[in-house]
Amino acid sequence: MLLRLLTTYLRPYRTWLLGVLTLQFVATIASLYLPSLNADIIDQGVALGDTSYILRTGMAMLAVALAQVVATVAAVYLGARCAMGLGRDLRAAVFHRVGSFSSREVAHFGAPSLITRTTNDVQQVQMLVLLSSTMMVTAPIMMMGGVVMALREDLGLSWLVGISAPALLVSLGFVISRMLPGYRFMQARVDAINKTVREQITGIRVVRAFVREAFETSRFDTANLDLTTVALSVGRWMAVMFPLVFLILNLSSVAVLWFGGQRVDAGQMQIGSMTAFLAYLIQILIAVMMATFMLVMVPRAAVSADRISEVLHTESSVPPPVAVVTTLGERATARFSDVEFSYPGASDPVLRGVSFGVARGQTTAIIGSTGAGKTTLLGLVPRLFDVTGGAVSVDGVDVRRLDPELLWSKIGLVPQQGYLFSGTVASNLRYGRPDATEAELWAALETAQARAFVEAMPDRLETPMAQGGTNVSGGQRQRLAIARALIRKPEIYLFDDSFSALDLATDRRLRQALAPVTRDAAVIVVAQRVSTIVDADQIIVLEDGVVVGRGRHDDLLAGCGTYQEIVTSQLSAEERA
Amino acid sequence: MSTVESPRPGTMRETERIPSGGQRGGPNAAMVGQKALHFGPSAKRIVRRMRPDRAKVVAIVAAAVVSVALFSIGPRVLGLATDLIFAGVFGRRMPAGTTKAQAVEAIRASGDARVADMLDAMDNVVPGEGVDFEALGRVLLLVLALYVMASLFSWLQGYLVNDVVQGTVYRMRGEVEAKIHRLPLGFFDRQPRGELLSRVTNDIDNVSQSLSQTMSQLLSSLLTVLSVVGMMIVMSPTLAVIALVTIPVSMVVAGQVMTRSKPLFVDQWRRTGTLSAQVEEAFTGHELTKVFGRRADVEARFAKENEALFTASAGAQFISGLVMPLMMFIGNVNYVAVAVVGGLRVATGTMSLGDVQAFIHYSRQFTQPLTQVASMANLLQSGVASAERVFELLDAEDEVAESATPVSPGARRGQVEFAGVSFRYVPDAPLITDLSLLADPGHTVAIVGPTGAGKTTLVNLVLRFYDVDAGRILLDGVDIAQMRRADLRGEIGMVLQDTWLFEGSIRDNIAYGRPEATDAEIREAARATFVDRFVHSLPDGYDTVVGEAGGTLSAGERQLITIARAFLADPALLILDEATSSVDTRTEFLLQHAMAALRTDRTSFVIAHRLSTIRDADLILVMESGRIVEQGTHDALLGANGAYTALYNAQFSAAVVA
Repeated sequence: MLLRLLTTYLRPYRTWLLGVLTLQFVATIASLYLPSLNADIIDQGVALGDTSYILRTGMAMLAVALAQVVATVAAVYLGARCAMGLGRDLRAAVFHRVGSFSSREVAHFGAPSLITRTTNDVQQVQMLVLLSSTMMVTAPIMMMGGVVMALREDLGLSWLVGISAPALLVSLGFVISRMLPGYRFMQARVDAINKTVREQITGIRVVRAFVREAFETSRFDTANLDLTTVALSVGRWMAVMFPLVFLILNLSSVAVLWFGGQRVDAGQMQIGSMTAFLAYLIQILIAVMMATFMLVMVPRAAVSADRISEVLHTESSVPPPVAVVTTLGERATARFSDVEFSYPGASDPVLRGVSFGVARGQTTAIIGSTGAGKTTLLGLVPRLFDVTGGAVSVDGVDVRRLDPELLWSKIGLVPQQGYLFSGTVASNLRYGRPDATEAELWAALETAQARAFVEAMPDRLETPMAQGGTNVSGGQRQRLAIARALIRKPEIYLFDDSFSALDLATDRRLRQALAPVTRDAAVIVVAQRVSTIVDADQIIVLEDGVVVGRGRHDDLLAGCGTYQEIVTSQLSAEERA
Repeated sequence: MSTVESPRPGTMRETERIPSGGQRGGPNAAMVGQKALHFGPSAKRIVRRMRPDRAKVVAIVAAAVVSVALFSIGPRVLGLATDLIFAGVFGRRMPAGTTKAQAVEAIRASGDARVADMLDAMDNVVPGEGVDFEALGRVLLLVLALYVMASLFSWLQGYLVNDVVQGTVYRMRGEVEAKIHRLPLGFFDRQPRGELLSRVTNDIDNVSQSLSQTMSQLLSSLLTVLSVVGMMIVMSPTLAVIALVTIPVSMVVAGQVMTRSKPLFVDQWRRTGTLSAQVEEAFTGHELTKVFGRRADVEARFAKENEALFTASAGAQFISGLVMPLMMFIGNVNYVAVAVVGGLRVATGTMSLGDVQAFIHYSRQFTQPLTQVASMANLLQSGVASAERVFELLDAEDEVAESATPVSPGARRGQVEFAGVSFRYVPDAPLITDLSLLADPGHTVAIVGPTGAGKTTLVNLVLRFYDVDAGRILLDGVDIAQMRRADLRGEIGMVLQDTWLFEGSIRDNIAYGRPEATDAEIREAARATFVDRFVHSLPDGYDTVVGEAGGTLSAGERQLITIARAFLADPALLILDEATSSVDTRTEFLLQHAMAALRTDRTSFVIAHRLSTIRDADLILVMESGRIVEQGTHDALLGANGAYTALYNAQFSAAVVA
């Protein structure tokens, strides 16, 4: 996964990576060249008392050092841009992909995990690239250079290289293999921390009202401990790594002195060769060590890459149409034809055999008990979900064949919770139509019965809005959400129980004001109150996902038992009043 | 850790490029940075947080000192081994039976004065004898023992650093979480969630990574620098001066880089927070974004922020990445200087070649830890910067402190009195002015009025989510401001319009208000509130996991669970704020009985728009613009023909059509 992700997303940076490679090559060669120049100073300058040679070589060393620093700086520059560019591209790709998801996929991953994947996981991958760009050349060059030089010095000791390098590799490999399971858990536990804190913030009122701070703290503590435990165990293995590396390095030098000493004593080897061999051996081992540093990064980045790829490879359950239809026969109509919908894995469908049409200028109301599938039914129109049987069509075309942007441009949705975005009142109202004039905003507020309270706000249209709209009351939120939908001037209005938090007087005034505005549109209203829908052109009574009644209020009152019950439950109250 | 000895210093290869111990997650940590405005105080605050692990910190320092000392003795002892081999080689060349002095003279006579000098300096050459393997073995065993000990102590240091850092970070996360429960509610209206989350995860992670790196490396590197400087001064004060010039130069260079990278780090980390907030909000409001055709726009805004984050982070990475090459360059210049000056001094006879070689070796040993120290400083700054963001949150003003002498709740009767209460959320927008009311024990008080009249605010005040600006609220005769919030809220049960469930089973969610409830009690509450009915149709029943993301329950079903939750909590005072707005009217009709049962013997505040829910209330308050404009029973208010009548008619006229 990691490799595939990298090869795909690093492609645009090929040229730069090549540049990094070249520059690192130059820098490595330069740094390897410096000591040999130094040896020249000593062997030919100092030994022969040649002062000018010393100075000349000194200048050459300076030039080489300069070349090295310039090359390294340039490599760092390119490397940083490649790695961070990759990070940017991955973030954008994940964000874009999530944007195409239906609510089902978002729910499947959970928003907190998607957030971690977009930010934290991408960071792990980009850091691997950054680190690699500084080491990917250096380590192999140092290693190969070291091996060649060591063998040139003395073949008789070369078996030491054959032992130390694998010993280092094997022991580091062992340590890394111990760390791997920890890394797998790490990101999931960061998710858990994110999720818990996010829940605590959204539920802050409930937590406080029920005095469950202690419980929440213990819940968080569990997540915190889980993360700490993994971090501790990974960290403990990490703590073993470096002493281990240095121990092996130093053991090797001791071995060189012991075995080299014997060869020197036997006259099979020059003492100079022995010390040189030692230096090269250490160089090889350092290169091996550098390679392992990258290896340490790999499992962590691999886990993150898996998590990113999982998102990137998840197909939306509402796929874009294969053959887009753009010519529409009708305007402001919707039709449900024998619609069936089940949630994945659920045994029973939420909706079964639902058929009805919605015409321009008409209001269709959907009423039914809690959990009857009303919200699901509404969600099928803008393809928040796709039907599992039958079809939903808008303006005569199956929604699955319509260009999504075109489809959505026809729809004004007012969701149950009236979610508002952070920003201002105006920015929320303009959400569906950024170019709406201020006059249009006020007109929509007027219709939505929201004008008075917005006028009473300190900064009126520019009053700041908290995320989710938590700084206004539920009723105000619903009315702003209605105004937001009105401003789009859509062909089809979808009100999902959007009047529930309104007092009755406001509800009534709102409906009266809505009538002229929605004259050219089709309106689908999910409601609980009979009073809200009594004037509807068509009322659909939904019971356990099945249409049990359909008609006008009076027809249903006469012929639909479920509807009668609903009406009775509400009227009884009023009659007694 | 630059203790790998090379007996031929001239051929010592570049080791500066080794990513030694410190690299564990290093650049990762350097990823993030913030305005380390108060570097000193903030660093101190981090250190203070390690106080519970004081003993371990002392042990870390001790282990670092021991391992650095052992690692720097190692090469010296290894040098002895080289000498032994060297001596053996010479000894074998010399005819047996002669003395060393004779041999030296012989060599000198042959014209090789340098070798003669070297040989003269050796005291273990036995002419005719080869390498003394017994002595060599002893020395090597000693070295071995030294290195094993050094590695052990180095491991101990790493182990303890890991312990201390994880412990500190664990406590820090806990502190932030605890802080969430102390912040005033208004705080969360102003702060995007994603931004807060970023501080809890990303920033604290950064603190952890930079801390573990600096704690394991900074100390060792500093100690290594010191020990090498000591060695150099002993060997040649003159050359030491040249080498030591490196220190201030390095400091200036590192300082320069740091000043330049700081604003970029600030930017990068702030933008990470902003981007997190953007992502969080986009994913939360995902459906709306799509249906309102704003995907392109949201992506464009994301792309802009993403690009800005790229610019900042690439810049920060580049600038902070300069420390290494620049320090290496300084080291190399120093290397050249020592080589040239040393070479010239040997040529003029003021210094021996061996000394120059050793010196070059030491000066190289010295630049590596120095480079480490410089990059550590850069990194530490980034960590402190993140800590700063965490501290900023921790320093945010708490809720009004609890009363110093808290009063226990009075006899549990449930009488609530508002006496001249005034309140405003924003300073210049009074919401409630001089409001007084009395709710008798066991009575149901319904609050009606247009949206935004301040009904929910009344509830917020009773629960002390906010404190009154003037006047008092009394529960059973005790001013609630004098009570501990937990005591007060323990008396109150609440059902809100927003149906918050935490991720857990339905059973746990019902028991949220009374965790010690038995299974039978939970089921009873569920039956009374019609939760039992739909729970039975779920495959996992009461063990069904619900939560924010769960699509299995409808809004109405979630609301029923919150009602069951309040039912089970069995409070003295019940607050129902639009508690049944998402429940269908038939279910609500059935719920009435349960609610009626729920309300007997306890005072209830009910905010509802359905007259059916309030018509039985003992007292109906009609609110408008933060004031009570009418109060009385349903019949009395209808008789008064005022605001309530108007409100009622709006509903009744609609109902009458039915």
